[in-house]
Amino acid sequence: MTPAKASSRKTSFSPMIHSYLRMDERFPHVWCPGCGIGIVFGALIHAVHELKIPKKKLLLASGIGCTSRMPGYLDADTFHVLHGRALAAATGVKLARPDMEVVVVGGDGDMLAIGGNHFIHTARRNIGMTCIVLNNYNYAMTGGQQSPTTPRDMFATTAPYGAIDDPVDACLLASGAGAAFVARTTTYNFVQLKRLIKTALSRKGFRLLEVVAQCPTIFGRLNRIPTPKDLVTWIKAHTVTLEAAKKMDAKELEDKVVTGVFVDREVEEYSERYARLVKKVRNAH
Amino acid sequence: MRRLVSGNEACAEAALRAGIRFFGGYPITPSTEIAELMAEELPRVGGVFIQMEDEIASIMAIIGASAAGVPSMTATSGPGFSLMQEGIGYAAMTEVAVVVVNVMRGGPATGLPTKGSQADFQQARWGTHGDHPVVALTPRGVQECFTLTLRAVEISQRLRVPVILLMDEFIGHMREIVSFPEKVEVYHRQKPRVAPSEYIHYAPDNNYNAPYASFGEGYAIHFSGLNHRSDGFPINDAPTIRWNNERLRAKIEDNLAYLEDNYVDDDPDADTLIVAFGSAARSAYEAKLLTDKPIAYIRALTVWPFPDATVRRLAKGRKRVVVPEMNEGQLAREVERCIGTDTELVSVTRNDGSMLTPKEVLEALR
Repeated sequence: MTPAKASSRKTSFSPMIHSYLRMDERFPHVWCPGCGIGIVFGALIHAVHELKIPKKKLLLASGIGCTSRMPGYLDADTFHVLHGRALAAATGVKLARPDMEVVVVGGDGDMLAIGGNHFIHTARRNIGMTCIVLNNYNYAMTGGQQSPTTPRDMFATTAPYGAIDDPVDACLLASGAGAAFVARTTTYNFVQLKRLIKTALSRKGFRLLEVVAQCPTIFGRLNRIPTPKDLVTWIKAHTVTLEAAKKMDAKELEDKVVTGVFVDREVEEYSERYARLVKKVRNAH
Repeated sequence: MRRLVSGNEACAEAALRAGIRFFGGYPITPSTEIAELMAEELPRVGGVFIQMEDEIASIMAIIGASAAGVPSMTATSGPGFSLMQEGIGYAAMTEVAVVVVNVMRGGPATGLPTKGSQADFQQARWGTHGDHPVVALTPRGVQECFTLTLRAVEISQRLRVPVILLMDEFIGHMREIVSFPEKVEVYHRQKPRVAPSEYIHYAPDNNYNAPYASFGEGYAIHFSGLNHRSDGFPINDAPTIRWNNERLRAKIEDNLAYLEDNYVDDDPDADTLIVAFGSAARSAYEAKLLTDKPIAYIRALTVWPFPDATVRRLAKGRKRVVVPEMNEGQLAREVERCIGTDTELVSVTRNDGSMLTPKEVLEALR
């Protein structure tokens, strides 16, 4: 197969997007048609571009999974780590180079199951980084197994009779752990998605953005919503804003995903706190 | 300057003097004192100490810090070393310099937290899945905890490999007089001398002292634990996979002369050779001194890569090779591989958490 060249379709922003990609024979990328990851990747690039974050200062880290293949395509320092371990590795980078803008991306399984412990503690310490959890409700790369966010009664290859586990709420988990910024949106809301990434990038400490995204090829197919359009529509139908949710009772909210900003507070991020400690220790001598 | 210190203290002091400026760790007996000392001392020199949530996070954090240009280390023991194995494999695959200190205790599982052993000798070599290069050093006492920690840091930086320092509880908690040098020569990794557009992170030239980029230097480097091509991008093509595997292997094989480090006390009249490492080698040497028979002796300071050729040469023509160790014969397996069938192998083992005594070795020498 000949390496794919830049898209021939002319859009106003594609040259800008391409300037952030490693445009060589590594394309075509690994993602399926209709996948939500590209939307999040595009929004991230827009956000980085609009905030004028220099590429030299940008680190994109990830674990293992579909979402975690994102760093390989970005023309910046990129860190494709082990399954679940991106936040721990990114902690090392951030403390070694506090001047770097660290972004970590991962799927629901990577971040909340195998990486759950690191998720809690990176949030607790408020290590300065933006963490984007792309929640597509299943382990897509390995073929559609149940993940910690698979909704009750939905199907996965390891939940062939429907999931009986209660799913975890990434935003509640991060809030409880002490993250400085916690928000959720979906791939349906591109404008909000881009805005929330920009907000997250502008804050200090640990910033979590959960993005509910469609996986039509695996999750959609297993749950009889196999087209991207239908699955995005399904996501939209199950989404309510934080404002709307306040007027709804528990029964109405049962199968709903609430979007919006849950936490936005000022913190002294860990590397700043550490720098202060170093100063104090050195002055004492 | 001479001071009375423990092995763990000597290790921490050497790490600081060798330029370690990032330590991520998790408390575990009998290695904890190393973390405690690093927590106290690193802020004083502007370095970073962080207590991570577990050993998996610890190894990944030091890999991250090293990839960002800071010489990094962790220290752990048995169960923690098991948890770090996947990360050690990642460091090997991505060629990130890290030092992992394993103060060996009895196992398996929780085993013997307060007692020593040498039972992680083979785990240091084969603990992570897949074939991979690894360097492991073992001190015989507190002085060598100092010198081998310096050397571990240097090897890791020169070859871009994980280096394991296999200490043990006996040495970690033992106090001995150590001569601390006035000055320590520190090797600093070299930065690339080419423009980012020309730079290849896994360039095909010899790895020894090769310049390489770190995060934040504008080289847009990519690390992946997947088998990858020279720019770090994952690939499934067989020739490239072979190229990468050979590259990792050559890193050790091309540098055997640099890596090999033995204490040899040969005796042309001896029909018996002792092969040992670490604290068991102390008892073995004591036994050699106590017997009136001529005994040849080799103690490996670098245990991985194993000094095959030297052991083979020293064992040649001998009647027997005695291998004392504090596990159930892990070193004996390596020695057996190196010696011919004409030479008898005598394995002397102790695996109950106590020091192998000179008397036990002496009995085997009769």
